[in-house]
Amino acid sequence: MTQVSVQDTVLVGIPGEPRLIGGKCPDCGNHVFPMQKDCPKCTGDQIEKVELSTKGILWTWTIQGFPPKSPPYIGETDPENFEAYGVGYVELPGEVKVEARLTENDPTRLRVGMEMELTVVPLAIDEEGNEVVTFAFQPTENN
Amino acid sequence: MHDVAIVGIGMHEFGRHDGVTGMDQGVVAVRRALADAGAQWEDLEFAFGGSKDAGSPDTMVSRLGLTGLQFINVHNGCATGGSALISSYNAIRSGTFEIGIALGFDKHERGAFRVRTRGDNLEWYGESGMALTTQFFGMKINRYMHDYGITQNTLAKVSTKAFRNGALNPMAWRRKPFSEEEVLESTMLSYPLTQYMFCSPGEGGVALVLVRADKAKEFTDNPVYLKSCVVKSRRFGSFEVFSPHLANEFSEGPTVDASKAAFEMAGIGPDEIDLAQLQDTESGAEVMHMAENGFCEHGEQESMIQNGETEIDGRFPVNTDGGCLANGEPIGASGLRQVYENVLQLRGDAGERQVPNDPQTAYTHVYGAPGISGVTILSK
Ligand SMILES: [Zn+2]
Repeated sequence: MTQVSVQDTVLVGIPGEPRLIGGKCPDCGNHVFPMQKDCPKCTGDQIEKVELSTKGILWTWTIQGFPPKSPPYIGETDPENFEAYGVGYVELPGEVKVEARLTENDPTRLRVGMEMELTVVPLAIDEEGNEVVTFAFQPTENN
Repeated sequence: MHDVAIVGIGMHEFGRHDGVTGMDQGVVAVRRALADAGAQWEDLEFAFGGSKDAGSPDTMVSRLGLTGLQFINVHNGCATGGSALISSYNAIRSGTFEIGIALGFDKHERGAFRVRTRGDNLEWYGESGMALTTQFFGMKINRYMHDYGITQNTLAKVSTKAFRNGALNPMAWRRKPFSEEEVLESTMLSYPLTQYMFCSPGEGGVALVLVRADKAKEFTDNPVYLKSCVVKSRRFGSFEVFSPHLANEFSEGPTVDASKAAFEMAGIGPDEIDLAQLQDTESGAEVMHMAENGFCEHGEQESMIQNGETEIDGRFPVNTDGGCLANGEPIGASGLRQVYENVLQLRGDAGERQVPNDPQTAYTHVYGAPGISGVTILSK
């Protein structure tokens, strides 16, 4: 089964080496995610695309305990088969905090300040039989 | 600048009302507010009406009377009701009008708000399971508990207070008290928040008749004055709902800004407020908003709530009508419900849930998507 990105303007390098596409403002240095031209910090409109870091620190987190409504969610929504999943903000040093799925869904295994790295998690199978993935962060081995 | 008084209040019961449209509930609220003020629909020079999901408020003129008044619809996220009020407030304060009405109503589908993220490079956000308000509240209080030592038991106590107060409120949706154990053992929706710590989208309507202060005594012996009315949007660096990214640098959210501006406008400080209705989308929000609105230091809520200081008979009563937790959140009406409750409390008409010792000042605060906050200060 071939992996495809949930949105290839945001998550690139699938299959293979996932990277997130954000932006950096040449006027004030502010980072954004996802990419947008306009800068919410300095009102500039020349933000340039950048690949964001793949490692960061867990800033806060929660566990999504019920199936989100579909649409928009394309993952499992059947309460019988739904598995809770983690969501958090990961602070990429010198860049921005990115909201992301977490690979971990056990509250006892997540803590503010953990070192995290970018990976992907499966969401659904599309009409062509590809596995649609979205980005996620997992605790690194250093924890 | 003219002072502004509230001389009439009306509410349609909050909750679920099958077969009753949101508009029906808005119309009922208006008729009740007019009756309370002893005013006629034809007396009104303007209306500002808010609704997110229940139609265009201005169409209610075909049911209430085609009088030609200025009727403006307001649609401003979770501060929709608050924005109808600030618009009305400014219309009178500026001297443009002498009498008008602020109203809001809504009727939402069951369950958590459905948010579709289309365009702007954001389809993935909802598709990946991250466009949920509940997650924001879970993440904000989780970090706050980590930073300031708030316990999950305190979150449960906020919920049990809300449902206890709701049980005393004939207009509330949820009127059954729950124990702390029931709250803590209900389904974990978004760690550390359980089902009974969250409010639900609901239905209801509220209307407030406002007049220039020098006209107030023509309508009532018990006018309540709007001392300030502020709406603020977010600044760069604040932590808001529906943010695929946050800046690494930090700034206070719109609640802090709206609160400071409201106190400045009223010329009083937090220690002079006798009771408050604070946005409690979930119980952690009430805790955080106590400090963000200036009523305590960060972390102080733990002992305040454990000691019962925010109960109706406590030192600083919060959410005396049961808040969003017991009333649900019809977005167009929610901020106006808080003002309705404060008017009742200042009039001394809050019945079984009346705050003792003749309160003189009261405070309301709404917060919500997309990072917006509204505050009012009322006094006798
Ligand atoms: Zn910039």
